[in-house]
Amino acid sequence: MQLGHETLLQSYRTMCTIRRFEERVQEEFSKGGIPGFVHLYAGQEASAVGVCSHLGPKDYIASTHRGHGHCLAKGCDVHGMMAELFAKSSGLCGGKGGSMHIADLDQGMLGANGIVGGGPPLVVGAALTAKTLKTGTVAIAFLGDGASNQGTTFEALNMAVVLQLPAIFVFENNGYGEYTGAAYAVGSHDIAGRAGGFGMPAVKVDGDDFFAVHDAARDAIDRARNGGGPSAIEVDTCRFYGHHSGDAQLYRGKDEVRRLREDRDCLKHFRRRVTEAGLLEAADLDAIDTEVAGLIDDAVIAARAGEAPDPASLLTDVYVSYLGAAS
Amino acid sequence: MSQKTIRQALHEALVHEMRRDPRVIVIGEDVSGGAGTQGGRDAAGGVLGVTKGLIGEFGEGRVIDTPITESAIMGAAAGAAVTGLRPVAELMFSDFLGVCFDQIFNQAAKFRYMFGGKARTPLVIRTMVGAGRSAAAQHSQSPYGIFTSVPGLKVVIPSNAYDAKGLLIQAIRDDDPVIFCEHKLMYDLRCEVPDEAYTIPFGEANVVRDGDDVTIVALARMVHYAIDAADMLAKEGIDCEIIDPRTTSPLDEDTILESVERTGRLVVVDEATPRCGMATDIAALVADKAFGALKAPIRRVTAPHTPVPFAPSLEKLYIPDADRIAAAVRSVHGYAR
Repeated sequence: MQLGHETLLQSYRTMCTIRRFEERVQEEFSKGGIPGFVHLYAGQEASAVGVCSHLGPKDYIASTHRGHGHCLAKGCDVHGMMAELFAKSSGLCGGKGGSMHIADLDQGMLGANGIVGGGPPLVVGAALTAKTLKTGTVAIAFLGDGASNQGTTFEALNMAVVLQLPAIFVFENNGYGEYTGAAYAVGSHDIAGRAGGFGMPAVKVDGDDFFAVHDAARDAIDRARNGGGPSAIEVDTCRFYGHHSGDAQLYRGKDEVRRLREDRDCLKHFRRRVTEAGLLEAADLDAIDTEVAGLIDDAVIAARAGEAPDPASLLTDVYVSYLGAAS
Repeated sequence: MSQKTIRQALHEALVHEMRRDPRVIVIGEDVSGGAGTQGGRDAAGGVLGVTKGLIGEFGEGRVIDTPITESAIMGAAAGAAVTGLRPVAELMFSDFLGVCFDQIFNQAAKFRYMFGGKARTPLVIRTMVGAGRSAAAQHSQSPYGIFTSVPGLKVVIPSNAYDAKGLLIQAIRDDDPVIFCEHKLMYDLRCEVPDEAYTIPFGEANVVRDGDDVTIVALARMVHYAIDAADMLAKEGIDCEIIDPRTTSPLDEDTILESVERTGRLVVVDEATPRCGMATDIAALVADKAFGALKAPIRRVTAPHTPVPFAPSLEKLYIPDADRIAAAVRSVHGYAR
């Protein structure tokens, strides 16, 4: 733990932004302001922020169904994201992507993904671009315990090793793939070990501990930037909400979520660590809490007031060179 | 200018574009071949030799042999395209789309729309189509109709070496994902092909033969059978116009409709299966937009709605031929209400 004051503040600010964003999305979704489906990242913030704090805008990430946290950690605009979830023209994707496909290529964010295991092969491609054009950048695939069982993931892991690409696979094991336990679905009960079997360094870290994720990510990213090839990190984490908003969560244990929030809250852990070590004052963190709450409020107000997409946009952006819609 | 095969024309197109733009890479199974063997690289150059020799000029960094891993190849090519390369990925047989379709269908094809117009995905997927080699059900299909049905993909199906070169160069320079279908029985087909680079725009059909009595729309190998049929029919006094769309997405609707407006009769020929395929699509287009001009029902000459059989005798029955095309033309030409 040798992070500077500003880095610590910024890391907390980003984790806090994700938490408040997701709590507010849950609230707004329940009220009916957000169409479709949302899969909330609350509880897993240390993973996205611990990894993305090492990245610049030219590094790429690809995300999952549960992508809001990765977007925010990678630098996507809070207003643009909220407006996208509200399906407004001011959204990051003009209201044409939504929660499961939110992306911002300008920030190196290759998209949440509606397909479990859809992202890892794309990250192999982004890493291939980095290697071919010698950009010195890296590409990160975030994926869940669910995607750890998909064939596309195995193919991506192998190809990254074969071509020795600057790719990092961050498996966020939150214990559930949809409504089924990872204890059942991950045959080996060891995702890091499985990734290691493809021939890359792979470690398992405590996802409640920002600093553990941060250190593991630094090692993997440094190795990739220096030509050392791909790595995998299994982040042991937990989700505070269901698979999607509105999930009755009948598969959860009694009191499970309450206990997770008490014992495994990565923001609380962070606060305790930095204040007990005298690195940050509680007042600094409180000020960030207040600042973030205001930011999220503003984003919701702006998103609600935003305009629906222009009907003409239905037919645009299919092809670069022409509309492509049937005449 | 000299006589060149489709194989040579495609190879030349790749060489032109790889010299012109360092972002163009070739990636796929055995595109050079021989990696990790005693014999060494360039043992294959693709299963039909199109990419043979490229590694000598462009190196392992741009002619990338992969494991047998179609999802990773298609996904890597899509991810590379959207981040700054211009990959030409090889899907050895188009039948293999079954193991990697997500990366084409849900990812590459939809980036631009899902991301609100920010993405450009200059990706070419070269793939082999077609029956006729007794390769049977999993190595003989012509699934370009499936690709054509996906918004966001462009689909190219050349029928001769001149078109193959110009269309492949166009595909590589295009900023959208392009599925480039090569018929496995046509690689040795020759015609005059310029030595220099040139492009053929997408969505411009080639009128292979002018005629006033019946319009025949045909794709790939079927263009040549249509020409054989038209030669036979000319002796019977039936004058056929033959249109090769060259690309099915975008489709040159105007050329087809203008022809049918003139002839009043349409036969569509495709060696793919009929349900939800290109023959059916083009028939629907004409029924919708040129109904008033039709003097006879539209006839589709296609493979039957079956998998491709193995036995040469059955496969011969499966693939449309000049006699079947001629019979369909005669039936619409002689049609009386």
